[in-house]
Amino acid sequence: MTGAGIITALGRGWRANAEGFRLGRTGFRPVSRFDVSRQRVKVAAEADLPEPMPRRLLSERQVERLDNAGKLLLVAAFEAWEQAGWDRSENLPIVLGTTAAGMALGEDFFRLAVRTPEQRERQAARALFYQAQTQVRALAEALGCRGPLTILSTACAAGANAVGHAWELVRFGRAERVLSGGYEAVTQLLFCGFDSLQALSPTACRPFDAGRDGLALGEGAAVLALESLESARRRGAAILGEVIGYGTTTDLHHLTQPQPQGDAALAAMTLACERAEVTPSQIDYVNAHGTGTPLNDSAEALAIQRWAGSRANTLPVSSTKASIGHLLGAAGAVEAVVCLMALREQFLPPELAFEAPDPACVFPVVRKPASAQLQLALSNSFGFGGVNASLIFRRWCAEGTNQRS
Amino acid sequence: MNRVFVCGLGAVSPAGWSVAALRNALARGEPLPTQFIERPYSQTEPSSIIHHPSSHSAQPTSHRSINPSIHQSAHHPSSIIHHPSSSIPHLSRTLPQSYRARVVPPPAERPAFLSHPRLRRASPLTQFAAAAALEAGACVPSNARRGLIVCLQSGPVQYVSRFMEEILKDPAVASPLVFPETVFAAPASHVAAVFGDDSLSYTLLGDPASFLQGVALATQWLDAHRLDACLVVGAEEINWIHAEALWHFQREAIASAGAGALCLTHNPDLSIGIELEAITDAHMYSNSCSMAEAARNMRAQLQMEPQANPSRSSGLGSVRPRRLPDSALNQSPSESGATSATPYTGATPSSTLLCDGLGGTLRSGAAEKAAWADWAGPRISPKQILGEGLMAAAAWQCVAACDALTNEGFASAIVSLVGCDQQAIGARFGKAAAVGQNSRNLEP
Repeated sequence: MTGAGIITALGRGWRANAEGFRLGRTGFRPVSRFDVSRQRVKVAAEADLPEPMPRRLLSERQVERLDNAGKLLLVAAFEAWEQAGWDRSENLPIVLGTTAAGMALGEDFFRLAVRTPEQRERQAARALFYQAQTQVRALAEALGCRGPLTILSTACAAGANAVGHAWELVRFGRAERVLSGGYEAVTQLLFCGFDSLQALSPTACRPFDAGRDGLALGEGAAVLALESLESARRRGAAILGEVIGYGTTTDLHHLTQPQPQGDAALAAMTLACERAEVTPSQIDYVNAHGTGTPLNDSAEALAIQRWAGSRANTLPVSSTKASIGHLLGAAGAVEAVVCLMALREQFLPPELAFEAPDPACVFPVVRKPASAQLQLALSNSFGFGGVNASLIFRRWCAEGTNQRS
Repeated sequence: MNRVFVCGLGAVSPAGWSVAALRNALARGEPLPTQFIERPYSQTEPSSIIHHPSSHSAQPTSHRSINPSIHQSAHHPSSIIHHPSSSIPHLSRTLPQSYRARVVPPPAERPAFLSHPRLRRASPLTQFAAAAALEAGACVPSNARRGLIVCLQSGPVQYVSRFMEEILKDPAVASPLVFPETVFAAPASHVAAVFGDDSLSYTLLGDPASFLQGVALATQWLDAHRLDACLVVGAEEINWIHAEALWHFQREAIASAGAGALCLTHNPDLSIGIELEAITDAHMYSNSCSMAEAARNMRAQLQMEPQANPSRSSGLGSVRPRRLPDSALNQSPSESGATSATPYTGATPSSTLLCDGLGGTLRSGAAEKAAWADWAGPRISPKQILGEGLMAAAAWQCVAACDALTNEGFASAIVSLVGCDQQAIGARFGKAAAVGQNSRNLEP
């Protein structure tokens, strides 16, 4: 990884987010994007876009036509791009994950079609920019890239799948460099959907807490510049960290509920370790999927316990969804960047609102800001629909001093 | 790299619930009859949604509901479609009251797989995808490691519309039963559950050419020996809002729904005698590359020698290492003896069939038409028969091409996918030579 960009409710860019995650800050506030007066829950972790928006090769009009999700993507991608120091590359593949793409525009299209059908103006543009490929094409245009665009929509695992797929493209020699990540905006359909399921917390998002009562939605984007070691060395690029393992499996139990024992999660973590050629005992930190819902967290806790064995008793685990909410299709990518931050800056992201552990949690949940010596971090992302993904990251030290397993 | 064989085909289309139905419709060459999807909201028939957005009533609105169940729609076909009548009020001078479409007919009898618990509330999109996948994947042994890639453009529009209707009425009582089915990942989740496949399962979004991205991804997974077989499914469903969105881009478009599926494997023993020979790079549309140029580039790449192809650096797929059939991409009428009006009459052991996407939207159609303007060989255009099925139509093209190789005697078949707003990608399928016969042409 030679570039990383991030925007969340904690702020824009590496510094603001690293500080926020290190201290366990939270970014929840009343929802401003749409009317939530009829909802059970009225807060989300909304992200603030910069003003004016950076646009690189795009015109103002092109940027203006994007919804928040597309704009969040641009902000994160530009940061990663600039940090990596990449130039235009005709064949640069872009692999991104999202759950709802430009749903806000789809909602507008529907509202207008129902309420004011005579108002046709810009409806075609809404139909076009609602689609994920239009948003990702805008990013490619902004960067001057013409490589293939791959858009994964495996729900909450999409961001992790995108990073994992990008890693495989590089690892198997199908591409030298790949821009990868995830993006998501809070939209009314998503918010009402999770509220209808009573999955949103009416109090506070407290993953793995015995008293947890649901998740909180957030929005944002994270993008990573992945390239082969040879490419990075040839360019003299500053290497931020390594992706060394990726596992993905499918949980067939239910569309919205995980298998209670966490079988598929266990399989994903095990597969990631196998491909990274590391054992659970070598992992120093787990950034859990940890949504804060009773079913997810108990299944994941059991999976971690089964996967890590005795190591689970001392393995630090936290879910940064306590700080920025659940970013759905962006979550896996954002949490990949969080792991990268933790490895580079040697800290454990805490959950300050955590009070008492769920009985299934044999592992210590990180409660307070803490420094730590981290070499390897694992990130879990488990999707609505059953796609599970685990990624393993390794700290990058200066050439010659890297501790390789 | 290993050779990639096609081991199964599946299709659900306005022609019916099988590849055979698709084949027969294409062979007849007659556009299937259209029906009309009513636009449920009008100024002359105000609904509770239009005027009472914050109403707490859970009563149904005045419009006709769209019923996602095959079973129910089979018994209540009028819930989704009607025939135009002069008495139907029109919204305005601009928006039509109904949209032409080709819908999937109810199956002759309710398929047994619909009794699977995961499909009880599943959308037509999922039902189409499952049916096509089951038909294509029937050949794969149950103990095989099988992956699934579902490709979508519009996705679950019926449930999204239903949920949006509920939100507009009163978000506090929007149904928790509806929301999960609005997620793009839902069809793949259900299909994987029906198959019991717990390994690799992705949902890809994009314009219709993305179906070949799915095929390319499947070959990557097979090459990495992560699977024994992989199903690639393209599916779409329709309703009034989907048809209206299409109408904004092309007034004459005829929306259609369904699914198509290919099952791919490295195992020649499972092959139905068809091999994936080539996939081009993704030729992206951009400010500096028009749709027409991308379509031309796609065709040109299909003609290039494999060694000259840069596709390994693209991250997409790869042109397979077999040499091209002799003059396959520049057939003259004398070689083929066929015209586009009689698609299958030109089949000879050396002829190549072009399966294009003409008949969908005008914009991509013009680019594609220009790219293949000098093609004089046999050609079929499934969308002209079936309608604009977006990702499903892309899958139908691939299924039709492979099926023609099996049943019509062509040596090879080219699929041209010129997507509506992202990219152009092409592929070539051929009759599978005996294993080892082409080994001299394989890449190291």
